[in-house]
Amino acid sequence: MGDFCMPSLGADMETGKLVEWVVVPGQRVRRGDIVALVETQKGLFEIEIFADGIMGEPLVQAGQTVPVGTVLAHFQSDQESSRTDEDLIIPPPPVEQQPSVPEASSEVLPPTPQVKPVLGRIACSPSARRLAMELGVDLANVQGTGPNGAIRREDIEQAAQHQKIEQEDDAPGRGLPPETTADETPGSAMRRAIAAAVSRSNQDIPHYYLETDIDMSRPLQWLEEENRKRSMRERILPVVLLLKAVAKALHDVPDLNGFWQEDRLQPKTDIHIGFAVALRDGGLIAPAIHHVGTRNLDDLMQAMADLIERTRAGRLRSSEMTDSTITVTNLGDRGVKTVFGVIYPPQVALVGLGRISERPWAENGMLGARRCLTATLAADHRATDGHKGALFLDAFNRHLQHPEAL
Amino acid sequence: MNQQTALRTITYRGAVREALCDALRRDERVFLMGEDVGHYGGCYAVSKGMLTEFGPERIRDTPLCESGYVGAGIGAALGGMRPIVEVMTVNFSLLALDQIVNNAATLLHMSGGQFNVPLVIRMATGAGKQLAAQHAHSFEGWYAHIPGIRVLSPATLEDARGMLWTALEDPDPVLIFENNTLYNMEGTLAEDAGPVNIDHAAVRRPGRDITLITYSASLFKSLDAAEILARDGIEVEVIDLRTLRPLDDATYIASIAKTHRVLIVDEGWRSGSLSAEISARITEQAFYELDLPVERLCTAEVPIPYAGHMEEAALPQVDTIVAIIRRMMDNG
Repeated sequence: MGDFCMPSLGADMETGKLVEWVVVPGQRVRRGDIVALVETQKGLFEIEIFADGIMGEPLVQAGQTVPVGTVLAHFQSDQESSRTDEDLIIPPPPVEQQPSVPEASSEVLPPTPQVKPVLGRIACSPSARRLAMELGVDLANVQGTGPNGAIRREDIEQAAQHQKIEQEDDAPGRGLPPETTADETPGSAMRRAIAAAVSRSNQDIPHYYLETDIDMSRPLQWLEEENRKRSMRERILPVVLLLKAVAKALHDVPDLNGFWQEDRLQPKTDIHIGFAVALRDGGLIAPAIHHVGTRNLDDLMQAMADLIERTRAGRLRSSEMTDSTITVTNLGDRGVKTVFGVIYPPQVALVGLGRISERPWAENGMLGARRCLTATLAADHRATDGHKGALFLDAFNRHLQHPEAL
Repeated sequence: MNQQTALRTITYRGAVREALCDALRRDERVFLMGEDVGHYGGCYAVSKGMLTEFGPERIRDTPLCESGYVGAGIGAALGGMRPIVEVMTVNFSLLALDQIVNNAATLLHMSGGQFNVPLVIRMATGAGKQLAAQHAHSFEGWYAHIPGIRVLSPATLEDARGMLWTALEDPDPVLIFENNTLYNMEGTLAEDAGPVNIDHAAVRRPGRDITLITYSASLFKSLDAAEILARDGIEVEVIDLRTLRPLDDATYIASIAKTHRVLIVDEGWRSGSLSAEISARITEQAFYELDLPVERLCTAEVPIPYAGHMEEAALPQVDTIVAIIRRMMDNG
């Protein structure tokens, strides 16, 4: 018997409210089916199941708010014994996750969730560190009682016990950060979540930035000719070309596509680009466009339009919140020339795209006016060096200059 | 050993003497050589009476010249004999260091495997008898540094009785360190006690909470400490290294995999000691088993004092072992 848990829909998510069960106990589901609706500070999400199987009894009822990782329902997977494919499992909260479960106590909790940044390494015995991995205990949530506050095996065992009790405890709201208060708008809750994520990013990730100017004449010319063959509805926006070129360049420089976890770079084979979408009432979400590398431009255009629409309507799927392996921020529409982005942990890079505008361009001793784009890369220096970043931007440019191959 | 085996009471000294006599009777190539081993009966009275039984050919008094008679022992071994050379204390063995390290330990290697040196050297070691700084040091850790020799440290009566013959059967040089505070220790030993292995460490007391690695006289202090701690519910697993070179890593690593905590009690000085080597091996081989840093209790880094109370203060003692383990268990 497996567990279906409250997923972490991003590094900044601490709790989620189960809004609705879409399935009933005993119902057969297939991997990717939507089984529940969950509301977070970023909106309402459709939560997908991670494997084929049969839903068990729900342990959390609609309306309850619970911490990330809480078991929502039992789940009988068809491949109970062969769940080795990591894609099958909704990832647990990343190891670096901030304390997501304040100590259960009767004390009055502070008005905002206490986010204690982990600066440097947590003091923990090697044996306890291994045990924590085995039991799925987040070290950031454990109070050490060893020498100088170091975490030891017993602390992990207690934390694991504590986690279990909390998961089994049905009392709603127990040990949770307070609900959004009446005078607080949902927007301010999202602002707080974004604040936590970007603060962590800037504290933990040593960013480096690279910038390059790209002559967009050829790709735009090619695109305009292509679009002439299409109806108004089917036309492809330049940003789609750029997304595809990002994916191709990542294929050449795979180290920028992945996560920094467990103190090491974990590159991913699939390229899922988180595409930053600004929301109408403020705030920002960067849901994933899946498998950008293997889709054609028409397909991508459709996927992007669909994603933006659903993002603004607040109907995203859980996988779209967790799968992104890199983020692209396009602020060109807003007239920005250069974007210096903040990496979304645990990703290791963010590509910034500015406005495409006519600029003076010197080539072969001649000065002319060309349509140009300033592309930037913000990357995690723990994972890669400037040389890798430079290779990426160069590859990005190269692929754009051969738009027919995109 | 079957349970019907008859036991008799014997001292550590008696067990060593029995081992010597047994070896002399088993193999006519065996002889004992050293300062005062014959007429005086041995500095610690181990070989008392043996001159009468075995005669001056086989119980040989030597001049006070460690370099000379250890060298002679090496020559005899090369010539086909099975000499047992007794050096009065490990402090004096430094005068024979050249023979032991440059000759005994190297000749097999330097002869391209042609010449083994089947030599056994016994020496007394350790403090606790107010013999002062030139007679009381524990240099067995130094010898454990040298490739080409095997270093044994019998603590129990069984090992005092049994290690010598196995050592004599080894084709290469073996050093046996007898802690001088143990000679008077009395206990029971099987009537038919005989040779024992010289390859493995032994778990002398099983326990689940902390591993205590030690050897020689500190073994008994450790066992006493474990007894006291057991009254508080702390179960100490006490490991007797027995062989200091080559170290039996597997035994103590397996114990640490169970307890996740470790204290090494070593009568040598801490810096560059055997305890340092063991600590390094634990870090190399069992890092992910450790729940606390490896701790060591060694002799204070001073020349061993003469005054009784100061000598006692310099050495690892039962109460210090108990205090350290209590602190470690409080911390985790």
